[in-house]
Amino acid sequence: MSASGSPSTGSEAVEFEPQRFTLTRADLVRYAGASGDFNPIHWSDRVAGEVGLPGVIAHGMLTLGLVGSAVAAWTGDAEVLELGAKFTAPVVVPDDESGVVVEVAATKVTSDNGVVTIAMEVRCGADKVLGMPKAVVRA
Amino acid sequence: MDPSIVDRTFPPVGPYVVSAAKVTEFAVATQWRGAGVPPTFPILLLNDAMLAFLADVGASLERIVHGEQRFSYRRPVTVGDELTATLRVGTLRSLGGADVIGTVSTITDAAGEVVCEAKATLVHSGGAA
Repeated sequence: MSASGSPSTGSEAVEFEPQRFTLTRADLVRYAGASGDFNPIHWSDRVAGEVGLPGVIAHGMLTLGLVGSAVAAWTGDAEVLELGAKFTAPVVVPDDESGVVVEVAATKVTSDNGVVTIAMEVRCGADKVLGMPKAVVRA
Repeated sequence: MDPSIVDRTFPPVGPYVVSAAKVTEFAVATQWRGAGVPPTFPILLLNDAMLAFLADVGASLERIVHGEQRFSYRRPVTVGDELTATLRVGTLRSLGGADVIGTVSTITDAAGEVVCEAKATLVHSGGAA
């Protein structure tokens, strides 16, 4: 297992290229509307500052949604049996045109009995933003 | 927080009817690179279940942080599903003045069959609940 380079794979003929997603403020507003989570720390600098955050942050569930998207891309939309993570560090999204990039990389892929387990690392810049992100899919 | 909330099951939330339009909106918002319903889609229903639970126990929303979320599926969600979420408090522990609440929400379909089990850790920090 390693954080960089190719993940160890089972029998799957799948490329586990890291998946990159750009998040801008507009994406946070879009996710707020789609999910119904209007917590102002995800759109108001004032409120984010008041609660001690370095700035407006992405919804943890948006980041986990990107992880789900990466898993779908890697596995050709395999049936998801498990998906989850800890929200360990904030994804701070600046109020500019370029936003930030969240990168989802597979670190270990194991195949057993028709079930594929994918351990990942999810980074925003140098920061790991999720703890123990993991997916289990049907092969 | 009152330790008696452990093992308590809160009133079900729903039914929530999964529409193609909402799935498309959610898929666009999560940059979905697959087909079908994104696996985090049930958060729509879980948000409602968690808000109802927090209101019920008198927790102040601005002190809540979503610490962890895990989904475990029996089958994929599909358009047309009528889903209901029932939240139970599994664990409660204190950590540096905060209450760490482990919730388990069971999502069932119109036939009462389990579709998904969702575990969320909610951290309620500072002061009385």
